[in-house]
Amino acid sequence: MGRYAVKRLIQGVITVWFIATATFFAMHAVPGDPLSGDKALTEKIRANLEAKYGLDQPLMTQYAIYLGNIAQGDFGISFTQENREVNDIIREHFPVSATLGILAIVFAGLGGVLWGALTAIYRNRLPDTIIMFLVILGISVPSFVIAALGQLSLVNINEWTGVSILPVGGWGTVWHMIVPSMVLGLGTMAYLTRLMRSSMLEIINSDFVRTAKSKGVPPTQIFTRHQLRNAILPVITVLGPSIATITTGGFVVEIIFAIPGLGRYFVQAVQQLDYTVIMGTTVFYGAFLVFMVILVDLIYGLIDPRVRLE
Amino acid sequence: MSNTNIVADTDESFAKSAGKQLLIFALAAIVLVGSLMWGLQVLASMVGSSTEAAKAVDTEAQSITIAIREEPPQLNSALATDASSGFILGHVMEGLLRMSMDDQLEPAIAHSWEVTETHATFWLRDNAKWSDGEPITAQDFIFSWRTALLPENASEYAFLLYPIKNARAINEGSMSPDELGLSAPDDLTLVVELERPVAFFDKMVTFQTYLPIREDFYNATEGRFGADSWELLYSGPFMITSWVHGSSLLLERNPYYWDNERIHLNRINIGYITSDAGATLNFFKDDKIAYTTLLAENLTNALEQRWHIQREQDGTVFFIEFNHREGRVTENLNLRKAMQLVMDMEELVYKVTKLPGYIPGESLFPGWLQGVNDKFRKEYPAPQLRLNREKALEHLELAKQELGVDEIPEIVLLSGDNPISNIQSEWVQAVLKTELGIDLKIDKQIFKQRLAKMTAGDFDLVLAGWGPDYDDPLTFGDLFASWNLNNRGRYASDEMDVLIARAQESVDPRERMEAFAAIQQLAFDDVVLLPMYERGVTFVVHDQLKDVKRRVIGPEIDFTNAYVVDEDS
Repeated sequence: MGRYAVKRLIQGVITVWFIATATFFAMHAVPGDPLSGDKALTEKIRANLEAKYGLDQPLMTQYAIYLGNIAQGDFGISFTQENREVNDIIREHFPVSATLGILAIVFAGLGGVLWGALTAIYRNRLPDTIIMFLVILGISVPSFVIAALGQLSLVNINEWTGVSILPVGGWGTVWHMIVPSMVLGLGTMAYLTRLMRSSMLEIINSDFVRTAKSKGVPPTQIFTRHQLRNAILPVITVLGPSIATITTGGFVVEIIFAIPGLGRYFVQAVQQLDYTVIMGTTVFYGAFLVFMVILVDLIYGLIDPRVRLE
Repeated sequence: MSNTNIVADTDESFAKSAGKQLLIFALAAIVLVGSLMWGLQVLASMVGSSTEAAKAVDTEAQSITIAIREEPPQLNSALATDASSGFILGHVMEGLLRMSMDDQLEPAIAHSWEVTETHATFWLRDNAKWSDGEPITAQDFIFSWRTALLPENASEYAFLLYPIKNARAINEGSMSPDELGLSAPDDLTLVVELERPVAFFDKMVTFQTYLPIREDFYNATEGRFGADSWELLYSGPFMITSWVHGSSLLLERNPYYWDNERIHLNRINIGYITSDAGATLNFFKDDKIAYTTLLAENLTNALEQRWHIQREQDGTVFFIEFNHREGRVTENLNLRKAMQLVMDMEELVYKVTKLPGYIPGESLFPGWLQGVNDKFRKEYPAPQLRLNREKALEHLELAKQELGVDEIPEIVLLSGDNPISNIQSEWVQAVLKTELGIDLKIDKQIFKQRLAKMTAGDFDLVLAGWGPDYDDPLTFGDLFASWNLNNRGRYASDEMDVLIARAQESVDPRERMEAFAAIQQLAFDDVVLLPMYERGVTFVVHDQLKDVKRRVIGPEIDFTNAYVVDEDS
């Protein structure tokens, strides 16, 4: 187990190095650069700026300096937010994205399991039909539409009732979190509902459930111990990667609800070719994703005795 | 028969019991999520990014809440270039002179001034103070301007200081900063030696690059000047008292501001930072913010609300720029003339884009520019274009002969990737095809890539725009000088260069305006560009908020003179 963990960690570091390298060269291959703006720069000022940011060095030298800095945990200073270190940006804004992401995933996980189980119990009846219809909607409607609709409904509800029940945007209190996290988790919840439903249906028709029923085991026990517990396993499997997707994918929701998360810095940096922020956020998110996957694998080893970590 | 009944019955009871179980789980889940959120809130409050739930306007407190598009990236006035920073600086800083509510120069930190052909002198008032109570002196301006010019600071707007003697040489590193043509005979007198006569130098000092910075404070911040609210010293009506990055800023009255009687608002709460136009419209609807601009996407929605929607021009001119480089078909004058004669910009503005506030372009010089006594465009009307397809076809034939081709090869139009650019480029494509039979390929690029291609000359036509840097026709007039780096189509003509030099060097208003009028005519005759429109801006202001001023130059929106009235008045 220990050896396995070390091996996975070393692999993880190599993966992150690969991500950093690929991003670095891809980013420099894109036409344009972070210094260009509406107004043309004189050659002198451009040269001064390039010297300031070290862009006057050959690309390989820049790459070497860059790797050295990353190894020391220094991502440099943003090109567009000129006074802020990329480390500060990540430190200040990642907790916000993480909070939003965790809430969304909890919401999606719990909701997915409950709705999935419900539809399986009432399969081919009215609740099943209604929920499965909503699930299709949830999977197919993109999050920016859901986010905009969510916000608009909030405005209309507030207008209609005359009181501000939930804030329309911003960040800071529990009330600010509810709608954005629901919006963010909706797609995943719909997906998990479907997964849970099919897994539940399979279990309902399995031999051991029939045996338990004929043995006269009380229905509550059959449902929780035999059906729910077994049906939930595939859901947990996909939950791991979803955590990373949701935490990194919240930028649309962040912009619409004016939430100071890392996602929008990530996206804006790419549009503005803010080299240091692109590298910082990509490497950080890359490392985060790799770490989550390793963690999930390790947890498997602990939960499921059939999995051997060698 | 009875057998199946029993099965159905047990299924039914099983489902019921399972449903009950699920309900219990659901309740447990809600409790779990609730407590989790509470925990997260505790954590979040430790990180300290909280949005204050304030109302759009508050009469009692004279406070307003607004949203901005992006976090101000640079509050060091010597380095700032963007609109968001310009907005904040416009409220927390004041320079020698400022623009009044009716766009006239008025005294600010300087109570009087004088501009001659060789010198500009500013006399500072003795009661102007920094936000720490120290007096603002001429040295603070000298330090700031010199800082902007130091080559190692690489300020992108340093060129705006070039009218000062030796400024350019210092900025290019060929002269010592001590040689800068600035002196302070005493603390309250600032004498500027000019490199060449600049008729509008007093207007230039209203620009943010000319704001003061105090040396001891600047040095004490150790390179982080302007990075946080406490790393900035304020000379204007407001100061930043709280700044949560990416989330909110709070501007409060500066008690040491010399002209505090003019200021009515106690607080400007920037509660939201988002670039989403739909979101800000929702905030406005929900009475959370007092002002928002409207974009094409949300305009219809806003119109349905029956608000008092205001429209103005934002000062920017948009045009089709030709690539005049050798080897490009657009280098051919007859081809350009043919295109000029078939493009009806009124159709584009009124029937295609249909956005309020936009006006069809007739000239490189927008309508708001001041001439000698009246608006420049009133004194020197733009040449009027008569659309004429027959003539256009004649020019097209000539062009084909001159180029030695049977058909004009496919022309590339470089364009941005926003919805408005899309409509416009498709319109250009359709007009050229139906009227002249020319095939146009639209090359849609995101901002940075479009700039890279413009600079490299990788286009035939490009949809471009130009906004003013200072309040003089020259900010548009020198755009097509052969030496101007923003002349991305590389138009070069001696006649144009001579006219521009005349407008730059003369201090006689009439002579200068005549030169601009000649530039306007030449740009039309030589089809240097095709003016498309002057961009409009549409916005809504809260009913109770008065005296909000939109500006063409400087901070685009100015709340310094604003005040909140009671609901019923």
